[in-house]
Amino acid sequence: MTGNEWSDRRVESIVGNLLRVGVTLAGCVVLAGGMIFLVRHGTQPAHYRVFLGEPSDLRRLRGIIHGAIALRGRAIIQLGLIMLIATPIARVAFAMFGFAEEKDRMYVLFTGIVLVILLYSLVGSA
Amino acid sequence: MNNLEFSLVIGVCSLGAGFLGALTGLGGGVALVPLLTLLFHVDIRYAIGASLVSVIATSSGAAAAYVKEGFTNIRIGMFLEIATTLGALLGAFLALMVPTSAIAIIFGAVLLFSAYLSGRPQPVVPEDDHPDLLATRLGMNGSYPSLDGPRSYYVHRVPTGFSLMFGAGALSGLLGIGSGAVKVLAMDQAMKIPFKVSTTTSNLMIGVTAAASAGVYLNRGYVDPGLAMPVTLGVLAGSLIGTKVLVKTRTRWLRLVFSTVIVLLGLEMVYKGVSGHI
Repeated sequence: MTGNEWSDRRVESIVGNLLRVGVTLAGCVVLAGGMIFLVRHGTQPAHYRVFLGEPSDLRRLRGIIHGAIALRGRAIIQLGLIMLIATPIARVAFAMFGFAEEKDRMYVLFTGIVLVILLYSLVGSA
Repeated sequence: MNNLEFSLVIGVCSLGAGFLGALTGLGGGVALVPLLTLLFHVDIRYAIGASLVSVIATSSGAAAAYVKEGFTNIRIGMFLEIATTLGALLGAFLALMVPTSAIAIIFGAVLLFSAYLSGRPQPVVPEDDHPDLLATRLGMNGSYPSLDGPRSYYVHRVPTGFSLMFGAGALSGLLGIGSGAVKVLAMDQAMKIPFKVSTTTSNLMIGVTAAASAGVYLNRGYVDPGLAMPVTLGVLAGSLIGTKVLVKTRTRWLRLVFSTVIVLLGLEMVYKGVSGHI
């Protein structure tokens, strides 16, 4: 086994544990938002048969954060879901740092490309 | 149904899908979207949005456990993620344009194909001792723990694997599934990477791939919090229980039952798509 592989594995195991913490946190936020949503709107009819699309304040980060600060259940759930979407992005960013430490320029470039694609999807595709 | 009843029922079903998905290795997403659309008549676009987020949750949640085993190869994963994330972006943009009936038909076909793959006995890929020039240059060759100490392996046919991964990403973005079956196929069959390395590395890639299309779905208003909440929490809980139980149970008959269910769901999806009901 090469030295590279050892340090890859060390970085990966730290990142793996961070991801688990991230997912747990995000799950708690989703659960909290869900509680608020169900307490307030639990008795209203559920309608998902017809596609309407979400209103813009539940699509954009800024609107979601404003709604979450105002303790709106649906906005808090969206915030938790964004945290979930962010966990793999954080993972790729950590991997890039790991490769930079190993001075592996080729893989810094590869992870950089993946990171740009992910950030474009989350921020740029609106 | 009101919101409370809907959340409870969907939560329990998602828990079941996540549990069986983890036990059989087929993933929770494949059963989830058909279940939501066929049984609960949820619009397929909402179902796909919710399923994608749950796929990310399962992949990231399980990452720590997989890394500990020492089979994952982060270089193979990261390089191929260029292909899967680009494919996922394409798939997500396609999903915005393709009619829902076409999505249903493609979904059904993918379900039938995954059932076929999981039912087929695992073909043994002969191990090749000759290093491949491109794979070596990309630093992909590695080793994995075995009973007789670490065993090294060589990676082959990188361009073929890369193209297949682009397809896997596109399917994931279009249908809201992890498409782990295609990812494993690309690594295990095309690139001749040992099976266990392929499956664990695939699991790590699934979350990154799904995140690339989830952003597009969120920005376009396809992710509904009221639906995604019970689905994500249910699948996450179910898959965590599933991976804990996995070690203790014999999964042969379970796989058979789950595959049968998937075949039926696949046929129904194709029928509903062709007849224009979705």
